[in-house]
Amino acid sequence: MRSPHAAGPIPPRVDPMPPLIEIQNVSKSYQRANLEIPVLRNISLDIDAGDFVALMGPSGSGKTTLLNLIAGIDRPSAGRIVVAGTDLTELNESELAAWRSRHVGFIFQFYNLIPVLTALENVELPLLLTGLPKPERREHARSALTIVGLADRLDHYPRQLSGGQEQRVAIARAIVTDPTILVADEPTGDLDKNSADEVLRLMNRLNREIKKTILMVTHDPHAAERARSIRRLDKGELV
Amino acid sequence: MELLKLMARNALRHKLRSLLTAVGIAVAVLAFMLLRTVVTAWHAGVERSAANRLITRHAVSFVFPLPYAYRDRIARVPGVEKVTYSVWFSGVYIDKNQFFARMAVDADTFFDVYPEFLVPADQLAAFKRERNACIIGAEIAERYHLKIGDVMPLEGDIFPGRWEFVVRGIYEPRDKATDPTSMLFQWQYLEQQARKEKSDREGQVGWYVTRIDSPDNAAPISEAIDALFANSRAETKTETERAFHQNFLSSMGSVMTAMDVMSFVIIGIILLVLANTMIMSARERTHEYAVLKTLGFTGGHILALVAGESLCLSILGTAAGMAATVPAVAGFKNALPKGWFPVFYIEPKTVFFAVLAGVAIGLVAALIPARRATSQKIVEGLRYIG
Repeated sequence: MRSPHAAGPIPPRVDPMPPLIEIQNVSKSYQRANLEIPVLRNISLDIDAGDFVALMGPSGSGKTTLLNLIAGIDRPSAGRIVVAGTDLTELNESELAAWRSRHVGFIFQFYNLIPVLTALENVELPLLLTGLPKPERREHARSALTIVGLADRLDHYPRQLSGGQEQRVAIARAIVTDPTILVADEPTGDLDKNSADEVLRLMNRLNREIKKTILMVTHDPHAAERARSIRRLDKGELV
Repeated sequence: MELLKLMARNALRHKLRSLLTAVGIAVAVLAFMLLRTVVTAWHAGVERSAANRLITRHAVSFVFPLPYAYRDRIARVPGVEKVTYSVWFSGVYIDKNQFFARMAVDADTFFDVYPEFLVPADQLAAFKRERNACIIGAEIAERYHLKIGDVMPLEGDIFPGRWEFVVRGIYEPRDKATDPTSMLFQWQYLEQQARKEKSDREGQVGWYVTRIDSPDNAAPISEAIDALFANSRAETKTETERAFHQNFLSSMGSVMTAMDVMSFVIIGIILLVLANTMIMSARERTHEYAVLKTLGFTGGHILALVAGESLCLSILGTAAGMAATVPAVAGFKNALPKGWFPVFYIEPKTVFFAVLAGVAIGLVAALIPARRATSQKIVEGLRYIG
């Protein structure tokens, strides 16, 4: 029998990196009166760390529902969703809330900033859950706003900003806690072309330079082009 | 940026609505405190009752007199430490709108049994020396600009004639609950006049007041006193000072109960007003609460935000209402005929109830909107269009 050491040391076995997001046989349906409406049917999908995936499909195809499930703001009717090693289906509501605060950054179509808070305060909001002292929170929020090019708009309220600027504040709020994934639901849907380009460029930079994993739901083929990969949904199934 | 700041800013987001709600709460708190103060003033006699004093009156009615001869027999009852007596004189001073108690009392014993009337020793001695002397409360002295040596003329009604008294003492009330508006003169002066006129009131007093050794013995001593005069021409009824005052006030009891109930109904109404405001506010913020939840804020945080906003409004309104109550009570007191309520002040208990009501209203009004906000699913909240 040949000695394992006869031909010198054996090189260490390199296991392939597990995907950051594993979606296994996920289905989702909603109950409306006595009617069960299926939205997602037996979806399986893996997304690697550092990827930038665009989810496309017609209205009602289940894009946003899939995004919500991955982000832990909704629960599947069947199947498993594992993100960064955590099975989301096994977490209770408060565990899921804590998980979201650490791992997910949200970018919404209509920005969803709190109107009574300034840009800086809006960006600082997720940091209130981290236990960081106020000066550090402020510093992080300033840095995030600097990254998105709004260092000169710290004390502006949302109503004093343009749509594009509001969305950039929302991006700053999404990245300020350095989450594992960024989820964006039609982030350019409410913006003019120039602002949309600006936002997409920014998301692209975050993906390429900071290696943020991004999932973006979009109708816009131009926006989807910025992604590294495009997945299409139709009638609740990946096509 | 703390959540407190967000609560406060949310509370002021709709300034007009918040202002109207806070003013509504302020008016309700003002009405609550004013009503409570009136009820308290009405019951002040009961509240200031000493536990170790008994009142002996005619068994049929307070208006019938008792023989002066009862005094020594009452004094001999075991447990009785001191006996004094008084007569309700009434009379008119200046005009019929000047209300304050005018009573003939036993100069030697009255102030021993009522230590809450603080009279300087030299003034008390002067009062005892002079048959037509009187002692007046400090508020009466101030109200009518009376000082030691002044003559105080009264027109008698129960005891007809013109009576002139010389002010020989001014008492200070020991505490806020003590009536500072009494006028007290010697029963002996009244008796002397009755003898002179051969009145049927000669040798009679209105009621006896006894200081007893222990409040625990009130029942057996009362029974013992009444037993002394059972089957006599003037049977007695002896009861604690508190019970005596309560009986005295019972004629207006239902009005006072109604005012008491009203004061709490007002709190209930304003609770509904604030709850309505909070339900509207929370509904408008459905989308924002969902966004906060996506960021990782829990149901507890949302509950704190809704309850905090509600508390902001209720505390603001309560503080304004309490601040307005002080001048309102003073104005109310001035608007009433002088002496209507000898003791009229905002009790600490009333302030405590107002604060408690303010906080409770804030919390209770937040219950329904907070429950809705916390239990709403995030995806439904994000889809909500207000």
